[in-house]
Amino acid sequence: MSSIPATDLASDAEQRSRIDARHDRWFRWLLMFCALLVLATLLGAALSTLWGGREVLFKDGFRFLTSDAWNPVTDDYGALAPIFGTLVTSLIALLLAVPVSFGIALFLTEIAPAWLRSPVATAIELLASIPSIIYGMWGLFVFVPFMASIEPALSDTLGKLPLVGKLFQGPPLGLGLLTAGIVLAVMILPFICSVMREVFQTVPVRLKESSYALGSTTWEVVWDIVLPYTRSAVIGGVFLGLGRALGETMAVTFVLGNAYSISSSLLMPGTSISSSIANEFNEAVGTHRSALIALGFLLFVVTFVVLLIARLMLRQLARREGN
Amino acid sequence: MAASVYVRRRAINVIALGLSAFATALGLVFLAWILWMTLKSGLAAITPRLFTKITAYGAEGGLANAIAGSLIMDLMALLICAPIGVLAGTFLAEYANRTKLGATIRFLNDILLSAPSIVLGLFVYVIVVLPMSNFTHGQVSFSGFAGAVALALIGLPVIVRTTDEMLQLVPGTLREATLSLGVPQWKMTVQVLMRAATSGIVTGVLLALARLAGETAPLLFTAFGNNFMTVHPMDKMASLPVAIYQYTNDPSPALHTIAWAGALLITLFVLVLSLLTRMLFSRHKVRYD
Repeated sequence: MSSIPATDLASDAEQRSRIDARHDRWFRWLLMFCALLVLATLLGAALSTLWGGREVLFKDGFRFLTSDAWNPVTDDYGALAPIFGTLVTSLIALLLAVPVSFGIALFLTEIAPAWLRSPVATAIELLASIPSIIYGMWGLFVFVPFMASIEPALSDTLGKLPLVGKLFQGPPLGLGLLTAGIVLAVMILPFICSVMREVFQTVPVRLKESSYALGSTTWEVVWDIVLPYTRSAVIGGVFLGLGRALGETMAVTFVLGNAYSISSSLLMPGTSISSSIANEFNEAVGTHRSALIALGFLLFVVTFVVLLIARLMLRQLARREGN
Repeated sequence: MAASVYVRRRAINVIALGLSAFATALGLVFLAWILWMTLKSGLAAITPRLFTKITAYGAEGGLANAIAGSLIMDLMALLICAPIGVLAGTFLAEYANRTKLGATIRFLNDILLSAPSIVLGLFVYVIVVLPMSNFTHGQVSFSGFAGAVALALIGLPVIVRTTDEMLQLVPGTLREATLSLGVPQWKMTVQVLMRAATSGIVTGVLLALARLAGETAPLLFTAFGNNFMTVHPMDKMASLPVAIYQYTNDPSPALHTIAWAGALLITLFVLVLSLLTRMLFSRHKVRYD
């Protein structure tokens, strides 16, 4: 060993560290490439649907958004009916899912005994892992007949009210916007609920106990302390649910009725962007297919914006926590 | 006067808490309702021919080709998205943790996590199915491979996020100790950090599997479906979710029964997978929404 000159050792080490540095650089590039694929996926999804839908998007331009025609025979396409269906069903879903999620989150963080919290929370989260096709099947075979049986009662009671009455009049088909909205509500409920539950737990105990010490009831603590403290994240959670509802396909396709109509009644069948694509894509050719891809582009842009807002709102709370 | 205010506040409290308990019950009722119907209708339809006969026989057939297709495509999808996702997550946690690029990718990955799956299906249709069809003059169009790519896009953000968060849980002292021995960073990342986070990373892969196994929408116009048995990745390929979709759309009640059996298989697979990962790795807390 002693016969090896010191300079050789030094150059060996130098060479070694040069090789290491090179491998480090390669490894870093490989990792970066993979990470950039995530960006490429989002960008690619937007660009490819824009490209696929160019025929309709650039020919019809703004008219595509405002026309309610959908006629494969004359190749005349407008997105108004699917947009209407998507928005209405998502809105119904939010109206139902937000209060229920809030109730469940409240129950899980403030009311339930400790031993009950984890199993119930797991059960609610299981709702999120049931595949959407199962929601669709259950919706069509179980929930639609159920709705058909209660819809006459709905028309007789809510349908008689002034102003909102129009929403609940119509034939008791079971299928339709209301049914789709309810199924969607069940689907997005676990997502909103898990965000709410998580952020409710971040409220400092000191804050809540101060309020209890002043004589507040549980409800007052939740409504006046917990909710204002977590407001932005709760809104973020709601938007997250909205993003899910807008893009959901399988759960609504079966129960929506697939009719290109814009009706004032929630009991009437309709269509949505995602269910139009799912139903027609494989039979569509030429302009029809282009119109469906253009619908996909619209859906992607809208959900992207909604999810962007959701994530920004959720980040505000994380920043306040100091992470 | 003071007493009546007190009574009113108490009453509001009781009503609100009661409604909250009712909301919880409602959520649980829907879960039980869906699971019960799937179990009841599915169990009645589970027969040996479900696993031995293909969908070409219709009501006399089974789901053998759909089950095989699902297994093949899910496996291929994992083979695509697991390495990419793990490496991308490693980049976020180890190389770009506090950089702008890292923050942007992490943010957009969260959006991809809840992006509509049907649009990802359209994306794969435009970039895989159409070019392949043009290239082979229509010989190959829809294929199991395209289906796997679409499913991989569903699983990718789940794996990226889990890997990222799991690596961040590895204590910094481990990094310092390794680097002080003169180990290059890539070797530290692969042989020390990833090994320390293995169980967490595996959790992510399993959760991605649970997520993509039930997806239907992205398969409709990528793998398309097939009534016959095929294992060739360039053929149109059947899958359980798409078979369920087609059978549910069919007016024949006999096919509905088979669809319920398929639904039960998928639900069991996904629920058992997500419950298992939750139980096995409950100490890792990562959210998937």
